[in-house]
Amino acid sequence: MAPPPNRRTGYSRRAQYSTFFSYSAGVAGALLGLVLLIVSFVQPSLFTGLRAAAADVAAPAGRATATTRAAGKDIFSTVAGYFKAGSEHARLERELAEAKVRLVQAQATEVENRRLKLLLGIAAQDPGPVAVTRLTSSTAASTRRFATLAAGQDKGVANGMPVRSPMGLVGRVLEVGATSARVLLITDTESLVPVRRAKDGVPAFAQGVGDGTIRIKLISLGLNPLKTGDVFVTSGSGGLYRPGMAMAVVTQVTHDGAIARVLANPSDTDYVIVEPPFAPPPPPATEPVPDTK
Amino acid sequence: MKFLPFLSGDAPRPRINRVPSPAVARGTPWLTIMLGSLLPGLLLIASGPVLPPFGFLTFVAWRQLRPGLLPIWAGLPLGMFDDLYSGQPFGSAVLLFSAAAIGLDVIETHLPWRNFLTEWLVAIGFIVLYIAAGVGLANLDGAPAPLRVVVPQIVISVLLYPLVGRFVALADRLRLTPFVEVR
Repeated sequence: MAPPPNRRTGYSRRAQYSTFFSYSAGVAGALLGLVLLIVSFVQPSLFTGLRAAAADVAAPAGRATATTRAAGKDIFSTVAGYFKAGSEHARLERELAEAKVRLVQAQATEVENRRLKLLLGIAAQDPGPVAVTRLTSSTAASTRRFATLAAGQDKGVANGMPVRSPMGLVGRVLEVGATSARVLLITDTESLVPVRRAKDGVPAFAQGVGDGTIRIKLISLGLNPLKTGDVFVTSGSGGLYRPGMAMAVVTQVTHDGAIARVLANPSDTDYVIVEPPFAPPPPPATEPVPDTK
Repeated sequence: MKFLPFLSGDAPRPRINRVPSPAVARGTPWLTIMLGSLLPGLLLIASGPVLPPFGFLTFVAWRQLRPGLLPIWAGLPLGMFDDLYSGQPFGSAVLLFSAAAIGLDVIETHLPWRNFLTEWLVAIGFIVLYIAAGVGLANLDGAPAPLRVVVPQIVISVLLYPLVGRFVALADRLRLTPFVEVR
């Protein structure tokens, strides 16, 4: 549509004032935005309640789309399955034969583990999950990586709880609302997770890059021992994340670490598990030194 | 437009003695922009910034199609709504929506003629600035992300903008459909 032919307000004082005030309001809106930004940098927790309430309101829509998302994914994978059925079948048979052998070995290891644990007198430390739920929405248009959980205070979700999928770590709870919670995904630039290489325990930190990959920063500098295909798991140091959760696989080695791909891609995850925060066992109490007079 | 016959105007539909509903005529832009703000979050659980900021695209499209329909201060409430769901630091969309509204108004008064290409080019400029400024503001809040992570998002947004414009034009026709009977 063409712009209004005559934008001048003429001699009408009323028209002049209303135009002036609407432009003033526009500029005031921009300035208010600047003020809000400064406030959110200085006091980020101020808008937590507002955001949580908004997420609660939008949660039903998120739940509905989460279901259709899963259904849509199924349709695509079914169609794709027809095209690669033969080769996939052969590969699966081969893997199954290997897996059967591994399973027997794993059972033997498990039995032995149980026996050894009994010898040591350690009870199995595996607290049940707090909630099993869906990720309903995410910030797909921003470089910050947040997602919304379909469970909040009503299911006992609290700040700092790690969220994982069957494939590995997804993130941790950041803000909790009544029926929803905001999750900081591990691919966010603010997320820092202590990890170690699965096979030999080389310690490192995993920090998000912002585009869905993770940067592995080695703690001990010097010769970079990483190779493409190395798998990193959480190390559990510092608490919060339980040790041994699968995290990422190295795709590209850099001079001081590596770039890794996340194993638990949140877009492929149907259900996620909220776990209680992991607390490392406290150090043994030191014996008070007896006074020697 | 077989599925919406009354839009093409050739369906036998009473048009005499009918007016558009004022609430629908005024509320549609606000509603579509708010839905646009919600849309990227609901479409997929993304591990990177891949979807265009639909709220901003719809906002620009409405301002280009009907320059005087949304007041110049509309960026304040609409930006606030966008900030609640976008994941950006609170206030960034308020600032950027308002600035874009003023900028579009200035360009519109200085551009003597308009067609599809000029509108698209103007919108491309605003989209690139919006996304780049969004990264800058998010970087001030969190750890810095390089600008290259949003290049795919910018390309997708620029290519999708004409489609958003078509959708807004459709919404505009629906908005002005006379269906309320005059008594």
